[in-house]
Amino acid sequence: MERNQMHRQVSVMRQSLFDQGYLDEQFIQLEELQDDANPNFVEEVVTLYYRDSSRLILSIDQALERNPLDFNKLDTYMHQFKGSSTSIGAKKVKAECTQFREYCKVGNGEGCMRTFQQAKKEYTILKRKLEAYFQQARQSGPSETACRPRN
Amino acid sequence: MVFEKGASSLKSVKAIETGKVAGTNNLATERKFSVLVVDDDAIIRKIHSKLLSKFPVEIQVAVNGKEAVDLYRSGAFFDLVLMDMEMPIMNGFEATKELRALGLKSLIVGVTARSSDSEKKAFMEAGLNDCHAKPLTSEMVKSLLQELNKNN
Repeated sequence: MERNQMHRQVSVMRQSLFDQGYLDEQFIQLEELQDDANPNFVEEVVTLYYRDSSRLILSIDQALERNPLDFNKLDTYMHQFKGSSTSIGAKKVKAECTQFREYCKVGNGEGCMRTFQQAKKEYTILKRKLEAYFQQARQSGPSETACRPRN
Repeated sequence: MVFEKGASSLKSVKAIETGKVAGTNNLATERKFSVLVVDDDAIIRKIHSKLLSKFPVEIQVAVNGKEAVDLYRSGAFFDLVLMDMEMPIMNGFEATKELRALGLKSLIVGVTARSSDSEKKAFMEAGLNDCHAKPLTSEMVKSLLQELNKNN
């Protein structure tokens, strides 16, 4: 496929991640840090996120199996997960984390479980989309630097 | 002094970094600002280190408050500390109190995912100069380094 066409495809993929609400401004901050010294900086950060947060997700899953639920512990885990998700601009994941913490505050176990399932779903969807995006970006080669998503 | 007083900080920082401005080679050899990034989150350490690497500063990292305190006790000096709040072994509040008790007068800036004013205020009481949401932006880092420049 012609190089310009590939770049356009990558650009469209990227724009859709913002348009569909998967990513927010923080992802652009990461893109703006990428440079010749660290040409894969964004992908490295995202890879680190998925590596580190998988452990947290396991901890939350295990904590949700306890009876009675320890809402303080759950909130602590989710605070960390939300923090990491915020750092990469994972907008939908972050929203579910916020909702989960609201349920923790009021001791709503069912709400926590439901929201966590949704958070995991968004987490997995984003992972697939970002993997596809990075693969496409690698194949198309270097292009212009990050630009703000069109509104 | 790495930064020229009164100069446009970012321009002069870049100029000094590349050594392309005549007469600044001597400035390039002067001590760089030293920044300590204290956070148990590897993502934050990576992002903040990368943000800081855009400026001519020396960067060190610590993965928790105890490591930060141990570094200072062993003789390391920092012009700026970016201190996370929640960390295992020793959190940011305790580490900040300890560093202040040990005589560190440099800028210590809290960075926290805690968003409420009361939580930030509580963290400030450990002896912070300021507290911001994490991750920091490049504008915020620039502003902190400009403040360092002013204070020095």
